[in-house]
Amino acid sequence: MSAVIIARHARTPAERFKDAAWVAFIALLLGIPMVGLTTVDEGGALTVQTRFGMLGAFVGASFVGRFIFRWIIDMVRNRRAAKPAVAKADRTPQAVKVIGWAVLGASIALPIVFSDNRYVIDTATTVLIYVMLGWGLNVVVGLAGLLDLGYVAFYAVGAYTYALLFSHFGWTFWEALLVAGAMAAAFGILLGYPILRLRGDYLAIVTLGFGEIIRVILVNWTELSNGPNGIGSIPRPTLFGLPFERNPAEGTQSFATFFGLEFSGMHRIVFLYYLILVLALLTNVFVARLRKLPVGRAWEALREDEIACKAMGMNVTNVKLSAFAIGAMLGGFAGVFFAARQGFISPESFTFTESATILAIVVLGGMGSQLGVVLAALVLVLLPELGRNFSEYRMLLFGTAMVLIMVWKPGGLLASREPTIRLKQAAIKGGEA
Amino acid sequence: MAYALQQLINGLTLGAVYGLIAIGYTMVYGIIGMINFAHGDIFMVSAFIAVTAFTLLAAFDITSLPLALTAVLITAIFFTSAYGWAVERMAYRPLRGSTRLAPLISAIGMSIFLQNMVQLTQGARVKPIPPVLEGGIEIWQSGGFTVQISWTQIMIVVVTIALMVGFTWLITQTAFGRQQRACEQDSTMTALLGINVDRTISATFMLGAALAAVAGVMVTVYYGVVDFFIGFVAGIKAFTAAVLGGIGSLPGAMLGGLIIGLIEAFWAAYLSPEYKDVATFAILILVLMFRPSGLLGRPEVEKV
Repeated sequence: MSAVIIARHARTPAERFKDAAWVAFIALLLGIPMVGLTTVDEGGALTVQTRFGMLGAFVGASFVGRFIFRWIIDMVRNRRAAKPAVAKADRTPQAVKVIGWAVLGASIALPIVFSDNRYVIDTATTVLIYVMLGWGLNVVVGLAGLLDLGYVAFYAVGAYTYALLFSHFGWTFWEALLVAGAMAAAFGILLGYPILRLRGDYLAIVTLGFGEIIRVILVNWTELSNGPNGIGSIPRPTLFGLPFERNPAEGTQSFATFFGLEFSGMHRIVFLYYLILVLALLTNVFVARLRKLPVGRAWEALREDEIACKAMGMNVTNVKLSAFAIGAMLGGFAGVFFAARQGFISPESFTFTESATILAIVVLGGMGSQLGVVLAALVLVLLPELGRNFSEYRMLLFGTAMVLIMVWKPGGLLASREPTIRLKQAAIKGGEA
Repeated sequence: MAYALQQLINGLTLGAVYGLIAIGYTMVYGIIGMINFAHGDIFMVSAFIAVTAFTLLAAFDITSLPLALTAVLITAIFFTSAYGWAVERMAYRPLRGSTRLAPLISAIGMSIFLQNMVQLTQGARVKPIPPVLEGGIEIWQSGGFTVQISWTQIMIVVVTIALMVGFTWLITQTAFGRQQRACEQDSTMTALLGINVDRTISATFMLGAALAAVAGVMVTVYYGVVDFFIGFVAGIKAFTAAVLGGIGSLPGAMLGGLIIGLIEAFWAAYLSPEYKDVATFAILILVLMFRPSGLLGRPEVEKV
């Protein structure tokens, strides 16, 4: 297969020049209305400004960039073709396990190594929130194969459940956690029920619509959610009742006084980090266990072939509902943590872009791969962070990276769409085919 | 009664615009079986091109309306089709034959890219253009309320109908339409018969973008303001319209667009403008519960 492609791409310099010129022409077409011309408001009326210098630079960069890019790709391909084809060593489950343990070790050690760097720990906490969300969505998309574009709705349900339970009834983080999870699961079933007959893209648009419905309600139902202003002063979680405060209320102890430590703001940051790490790991263990149970296998069977499942007499309805409910519950837990960590939530945190990012983490990681989700979350959270220096370009870079990574590795970083179990004989046959 | 009639007119206009964008989704879905997630942003790009073109024409003092409008339409269609082509080439073609979700993600990336590119190059502020086509016909008066159809609304409806007729002819009668329908049924077989599948798919993306371009120009004329976020909202609505009508069906897309336009107009006028999006999606879910493949969609053939 690859040999055919190589033959097509080995080009002469003239061909490469022609190719780059074609790209430059397209860049010119795309660039004229957007880069070359712009309208500015001058005293109430728009006037057109030309930026031909910028357009020239853009077209030139496209030409040179394409030329060099093509050249490098061809070189790499030629070199690869020259080498005798060596059977690529598969990423065995063993290797994945080793990497997994290494990542786990690194994540436990991280707050100790960077104990005085708040920024690193904060970013790592954000990564872990996305890891948890990714593992949650992985149940729905990766395992059960149901495309969900509105996952952020459950995240929002979890966050708002905690915020409301606190502001009306004074519930604490730990009390609200389970209720919020149940609440999100209920919403998962609520969404899942009417759309059981739908597939593929119909399912995608309905879930997207559901996410938007939740967001619009949160924005407009001011009596419930305080509208676009959001809900603030949500309390941070405590460690078995020990709050992380400088001056605990009379007669109570805070974390610092209980352990006889000097108060430091870092305690809370590190505690939050470990809390989400534990939540995420529990999620992982939970999902890994489920995969070995009949329900997990039913999800994978459903992903592979729904009609066969029906023919085998499986109750497809329950299988789909369980995937939706469990995925939603995990999203709800992440939402509670998010609300507790931020101390403030508003509908703005729960937009479609967020859903798209979480879905991108799952697909980018390689659907169904738990470690892949971690790697993808690292990439997608760190990319915009690294791009902070070019702050206004960071979303541009983010979009570009999404396209490029997908084109480079369409199956995801760790492609493992392997069923958890299969008949041994079938495995041999499948391997040869 | 007069008020309701006015809402009907507004709803039909809105629906026509949604329908035009929805055809782009439906055509692309028909041929490669995927949602073009960047389609709404292509529509937004076209609206910005229209703003620039109108401003340029005003600067050159070209005020003859038919001439100006035609020039803007041609410019927008030309450049927007290039964007449609580029999206297909960058986000879809390299991923042909991979899992279904991969192109979806790359298209979402494309959509984020386009939105931010326009924001960076054209500014994040709302762009107003001077009214292009003023006035209208008063058709009915009752109880101090005048029902009016503006020329812009008439133009939108007329252009939409003309495009619908044109496209139905293109798909059902021409060689290109036959190739497209052949690719839809079995692209491998079509390729074996000597039809350039890649080119057909590219052309489909460009045609979809051209329709989005027309919609973009219409919306610019209708509302007179444009900002970089309109693509997302219109994209979701049009996509909903395409699904509601039965994705892959041309008349379905138009019907879905009209239904959604009407629901929005009436819901906003009589019930609550804030919840019109909720109403739209609720109707979508309701329809899909009873007709899982949309109003005019063919039921999926189940291979056993």
